[in-house]
Amino acid sequence: MQNSKNNFSASMKKITKSKWLSSFSATLLAISLGLIFGLIVMVVASPTDSFSGFGMMLFGGFSRLGNVFYFATPILMTGLSVGFAFKMGLFNIGASGQYTMGLFFALYVGIMFNLPSGIHWIVCIIAGLIGGMIWGFIPGLLKSLMNVNEVITSIMTNYIGMYLVDMLIRNNGKMFVSSKARTAYIPATAQLPSLGVTDSNVNIAIILATLIAIILYIVLYKTTFGYELMATGHNKHASHYAGINYKRNTILTMVIAGGLSGLGGAFAILAPSNIPGSSMTYEPINIIAANGFNGIAVALLGNSHPIGIIFSSLFISHIQRGGTRASLFGYKPEIIDVVIAVIIYFSAFALVMSSAIGVVIKKRKERKAEAVNTVKEIEEA
Amino acid sequence: MDYVIEMLNITKAFPGIIANDDVTLRLRKGEIHALLGENGAGKSTLMSILFGLHQADKGEIKKNGKVVEINNPNDANNLGIGMVHQHFQLVEIFTVLENIILGVEPNKYGFLQKKEAREKLLKLSENYGLQIDLDALIEDIPVGMQQRVEILKMLYRDNEILIFDEPTAVLTPQEIEELMNIMRGFAKEGKSILFITHKLNEIMAVADRCTVLQKGKWKGTVDIKETTKEELSWMMVGRDVKFSVEKESPKIGNVVLSVENVTVKSKESAQDVVKDVSFNVRAGEIVCIAGVEGNGQTELINVITGLEKVSRGKISLNETDITRMSIRNRSKLGISHIPEDRHKHGLVLDYSLEKNLVLQRYWQEGFQKKGFIKKNVVRNYATELISKYDIRSGEGPKTIVRGMSGGNQQKAIIARKLDKECELLVAVQPTRGLDVGAIEFIHERIVNTRDKGKAVLLMSLELDEVMNLSDRILVIYEGEIVGELNPKTTSVEELGLYMAGSKKDKREGDEHAKLKK
Ligand SMILES: Nc1ncnc2c1ncn2[C@@H]1O[C@H](COP(=O)(O)OP(=O)(O)OP(=O)(O)O)[C@@H](O)[C@H]1O
Ligand SMILES: [Mg+2]
Repeated sequence: MQNSKNNFSASMKKITKSKWLSSFSATLLAISLGLIFGLIVMVVASPTDSFSGFGMMLFGGFSRLGNVFYFATPILMTGLSVGFAFKMGLFNIGASGQYTMGLFFALYVGIMFNLPSGIHWIVCIIAGLIGGMIWGFIPGLLKSLMNVNEVITSIMTNYIGMYLVDMLIRNNGKMFVSSKARTAYIPATAQLPSLGVTDSNVNIAIILATLIAIILYIVLYKTTFGYELMATGHNKHASHYAGINYKRNTILTMVIAGGLSGLGGAFAILAPSNIPGSSMTYEPINIIAANGFNGIAVALLGNSHPIGIIFSSLFISHIQRGGTRASLFGYKPEIIDVVIAVIIYFSAFALVMSSAIGVVIKKRKERKAEAVNTVKEIEEA
Repeated sequence: MDYVIEMLNITKAFPGIIANDDVTLRLRKGEIHALLGENGAGKSTLMSILFGLHQADKGEIKKNGKVVEINNPNDANNLGIGMVHQHFQLVEIFTVLENIILGVEPNKYGFLQKKEAREKLLKLSENYGLQIDLDALIEDIPVGMQQRVEILKMLYRDNEILIFDEPTAVLTPQEIEELMNIMRGFAKEGKSILFITHKLNEIMAVADRCTVLQKGKWKGTVDIKETTKEELSWMMVGRDVKFSVEKESPKIGNVVLSVENVTVKSKESAQDVVKDVSFNVRAGEIVCIAGVEGNGQTELINVITGLEKVSRGKISLNETDITRMSIRNRSKLGISHIPEDRHKHGLVLDYSLEKNLVLQRYWQEGFQKKGFIKKNVVRNYATELISKYDIRSGEGPKTIVRGMSGGNQQKAIIARKLDKECELLVAVQPTRGLDVGAIEFIHERIVNTRDKGKAVLLMSLELDEVMNLSDRILVIYEGEIVGELNPKTTSVEELGLYMAGSKKDKREGDEHAKLKK
């Protein structure tokens, strides 16, 4: 009797002690803070409807789960891209440009090539991957050869990528339909297979993206490459000294990160959807892809951990879906965007600052309790 | 009684370990109180509690007889308690002045008033003989001066209780002498000092009393006048410790490392820091490079291990030219290196102990298969090293290295290096921060490596270690080798003269280099 009780408390302790749980609770805390601030903004904007609007924002996504997955896919990919580079201590702010490049490559193969169905969309995805990789390679190369800060180069590649793509599309008679000021639609052969959920646009990409996240987890935590990568992220000098090839790994990491974002672009453009303009065609209107920047928030909120990023992308997509439906209560789309941004960035930011806020106090208390337990345990033994 | 500080029945546990177990320490006004104990005995933890970095689970702290709460370093500062940490806490890209006033910036309406601070600091540094350039950047000044910055930081805050956590581990003998004089001066003025060190000579020379900890428990407090080095080390490790190294005369073999006319350019100025240096290390001997810090020995070691590039000259290992080889390939050829800066080069602090223990061999067949790390093999290997080298920590192989005691971090690096089969062992300050027992053990291992017919190149600031361990001493001064000495026939004083540059031998190229040709 006594024994089983001890066992139970020991296993409970193991659970509460686990790192996973503590970072999970920190995330929840951060998200709650984000939500509170979002609510404040809504109250300020329109007090009467704020609670019903907020409720819709929180729960509205559940009645559109398929679309939550659909919109989560691209930001899951850019989130993985930013998070992966971050594990090596690189800040890939260029996810946006890589995303646009991937999107363009996929679109190009989709419209310009005539391939049999069953093969066409796969080739398009691979093209997107390659486009993103090229765009990640540039900052990686500059960083490793000339030690140029990757933040600066990737901001530049964002703009260059976007303008380059828009220019290439406008100058391509077959791709660009000038009367509509957008590209032609991709043919059915180039569209991703839908998962066949009625009333939604969810397609095979979310499954592919989740698989990729799991593969990244394995690469980071089980392989020598991941070991090197994270060692470099933690301590550049020690890993250089241990003989880890910093230059090669920098290029490799940026190429992989670029490829991930590129896939995000490909998944976004190749998705079959009934939401007008959300995919299958592209408007070259000189706007930097927001999905790239949202990837930063996704990565922060997911603590740069591939599995965490799956959940954070779903969360952010969920809030965005709910947000669009909050317009039913008369909120202007701009206000909704502000609220979404406040929630996303405040949560992500709060998580980053978690060492500086409440969590510290909480940890201290936990530590104390834990320490007393350890003392007891050791004394007993 | 006239105790300024009393730490009563302090208990502090970390996951898996009780770092302080019912420890009591009383500090008198105006005394220098040494704190002694093995690596991981809990010295730094106890001092961190006094300085407010950790909170005790049990026990209380009194100042001048009154119970006080110290929840953070600010509280400590308000009570006049200051600390120089084992690993300095300075902002590298700030100037000396900015670092000192950090946190207590004098201001008027929010604007910095640096002038006031400067005047106060100039007065302080003059009064205590702490020479310093207030406008130099921390990253540009040597460790000895960085330490002076830490000391000035305490003085600037008018601290009366000064904690020094292993201040002498990073200093040259001359600097240690200087520091001890400064400490004596503080004590004379009525400041009270807590002083952690592993060097018993220093305790005997400067301390009034000494408290000994063993595995987190209080072992005793003794009067220095009534004790001996032997008794202290007995209290601490519970057995006799040999202070000299026993070794047979070397059986010298072929040349393993050959350095020919190597010149290294300084990173800052256009000058050469290593000038046309040639020497050999042969199998079965321990060669020591001795010199005062800043005379080129660090750069010389760095070009041998591959951390820096030579501007002229040739380096070979067993007749293979390695002058331009990558670090990884040098390591594969058989160079093993215990680095000088353990936090910068030696460890990935946020990795677990086991991951750190394979930092130089995770890529080898056996530890990985097709790019996947074999967790069990790594775990078993780490467990073996941990017991062989007595690396103490809270959670064994899974402990995050950042939470380990300084000496045990050093042991982890050494274990990793000494365990590797190598042709040439390059050991830079291998026993820095280790307790006497651990030093004895590491010295044995190094001699062992030599007796197995390997070549050993040693660099140490510890003159005792140099004299004790090496078979041959090369003295480096201003980038040149100015003497080759035999420790058996040379006195420490003579070595000192060479190191200071007041004595030089004309070396027409190294004789061993000639032998080879
Ligand atoms: N922040 C921490 N988290 C977890 N464990 C810790 C932490 N700080 C210290 N410890 C553990 O407490 C024990 C005592 O460490 P401490 O640093 O006080 O030793 P020390 O006497 O200063 O040793 P050294 O001479 O090697 O510096 C060690 O076993 C260490 O692993
Ligand atoms: Mg210590």
